[in-house]
Amino acid sequence: MTLVIGIGNPDRGDDAAGLAVARRVREATAAARCEVTVVELAGDQLALLDAWDGEKEVYAVDAVWSGATPGTVFRFDAARPLGVRFAGRGTHTFSLADVVELARALGRLPARLTGYGIEGAAFGFGAGLSPPVAAAAEAVAARLLGELEAGG
Amino acid sequence: MTHGSRMTRGSRGINVPALARVEGEGGIEIVVSDGQVTQARLDIYEPPRFFEALLRGRRYTEPPDITARICGICPIAYQMSACQAIEDACGVAVPEPVRKLRRIIYCGEWIESHALHVYLLHAPDFLGYDSGIHLARDHPDIVGRGLRLKKAGNRLMEVIGGRSVHPVNIKVGGFYRAPAVAELRALLPVLEQARQDAADTLAWVAAFDFPDFERGYEFVSLRAPDEYPITEGRVVSSRGLDIAPAEYDGHFTEFQVRHSTALHSVLDGRTYLTGPMARYSLNSARLPADVAAAARAAGLGATCANPFRSIIVRAVELLYACGEAVRLIGGYQPPDPPAVEAGPEDATGYGCTEAPRGLLYHRYRITADGVITDAKIVPPTAQNQRAIEADLRDFAAPRLDAPRERLTRECEQAVRNYDPCISCAAHFLDLRVSQS
Repeated sequence: MTLVIGIGNPDRGDDAAGLAVARRVREATAAARCEVTVVELAGDQLALLDAWDGEKEVYAVDAVWSGATPGTVFRFDAARPLGVRFAGRGTHTFSLADVVELARALGRLPARLTGYGIEGAAFGFGAGLSPPVAAAAEAVAARLLGELEAGG
Repeated sequence: MTHGSRMTRGSRGINVPALARVEGEGGIEIVVSDGQVTQARLDIYEPPRFFEALLRGRRYTEPPDITARICGICPIAYQMSACQAIEDACGVAVPEPVRKLRRIIYCGEWIESHALHVYLLHAPDFLGYDSGIHLARDHPDIVGRGLRLKKAGNRLMEVIGGRSVHPVNIKVGGFYRAPAVAELRALLPVLEQARQDAADTLAWVAAFDFPDFERGYEFVSLRAPDEYPITEGRVVSSRGLDIAPAEYDGHFTEFQVRHSTALHSVLDGRTYLTGPMARYSLNSARLPADVAAAARAAGLGATCANPFRSIIVRAVELLYACGEAVRLIGGYQPPDPPAVEAGPEDATGYGCTEAPRGLLYHRYRITADGVITDAKIVPPTAQNQRAIEADLRDFAAPRLDAPRERLTRECEQAVRNYDPCISCAAHFLDLRVSQS
């Protein structure tokens, strides 16, 4: 069983990029009846610790804001410390990178955790995804589905 | 979003443009002239969010859902103050079972908010760590305990509120759905564990080293006849104020300052303090005997005027909230119906509850058609800005000869004493100490 977690605020523009990926993966895997669980997480990122508790294979997708070109996709393997490059890039009190490092300190990381970050352009109230982020979300969903297929 | 703390050393002072481990965006500036602190300023630059204007023209039933969005950490506080104010305008009093269920979910918010601040935001200051993550690397069991506590609070909010962030089950008049007795009783083992974790938390923080610093605060909190204040009460102060929430505007004045996007607030012209230290100092006699005994064993007297020791007070309130939730769930009967009807009246309503960070005041003017024509929201962090500035001034003044790095770190800590929620207030942090 593989867990896919999309992270973001559905009402804050490109912050919803991870949610968009999760929904796309859910649609595709539901049809294929894959052994994949998809979870959407809006708000408290510390909830990730419980969301992936006991899971062996986890993908987490979140929006990032690093100054890179909007739609840029970052991919990391949590087996290695993420370093400052991913620090504080989330738009929440605790970033995905913070929670990954906290989980590592607590011994609560999944056996395999892969993260995807999608560089956002705008995080306005009530806005939808910007075109480059919407396209990147589709691309990440396709790549993730490819990884799931290769893995499964 | 949090910012990393950074410090630049100019020829005549210190400049730290970002304070970490607070919610929102802001900074501090301390100006020193001829060896004296001439100014201590809390700069809040998170953009104001104009919730009060946004509420005008909306239906009177909408504030609990709209104002919950002001804060992801204390949405229940916003929902409860909003409900109370609207119900006041409608001339409705909620029955006891609704009142008790509101108190249970509010305990959940105190538990998750206090656990987060004590373990991940404040304790690292006392133990010399840069963050909760660094603390967790050396003390995973301790941080794990804190996260278990937080989770217990979140579970309470999920079961009663539908979800822990921006709960959806709260409405004017009560709840959309009352949880079954079995749903709440199923939480009792988690809450009993949380109560033990809270007792262990209290013993842990009581052993920290605290700076020798006290101020003569005017404390402001709610006070209820026979219980520690959470969901209701009169607004009282340590200098004799004793008013109903409807009289708030006659005594509390908000005004704008250039260096903050959050309004400052005074009580009859005076700086005051709200939050756990105020609640405890004005209501310690209302704590149950076991919690009061634990507070004494942790070194607290009937009052507390050292803001650095507020972490002990938060731990006491953690213990109280866990026990109170257990007590209330033990006698829980689902409100039937889950909400009472509250029809609109051409009136103004007032609501005050105790958010984890302190007094939260809402006022709404509604029409007989149920349209909101005016709204006022005064969050605790905004009210505490002047107290934080006074703390910084009085704390820094006798310590100007201390190593600048240490003084800077302690000033940041002095701000985190308040668990400031700048997102709520801006409606905020950097530290700059400059000498002229």
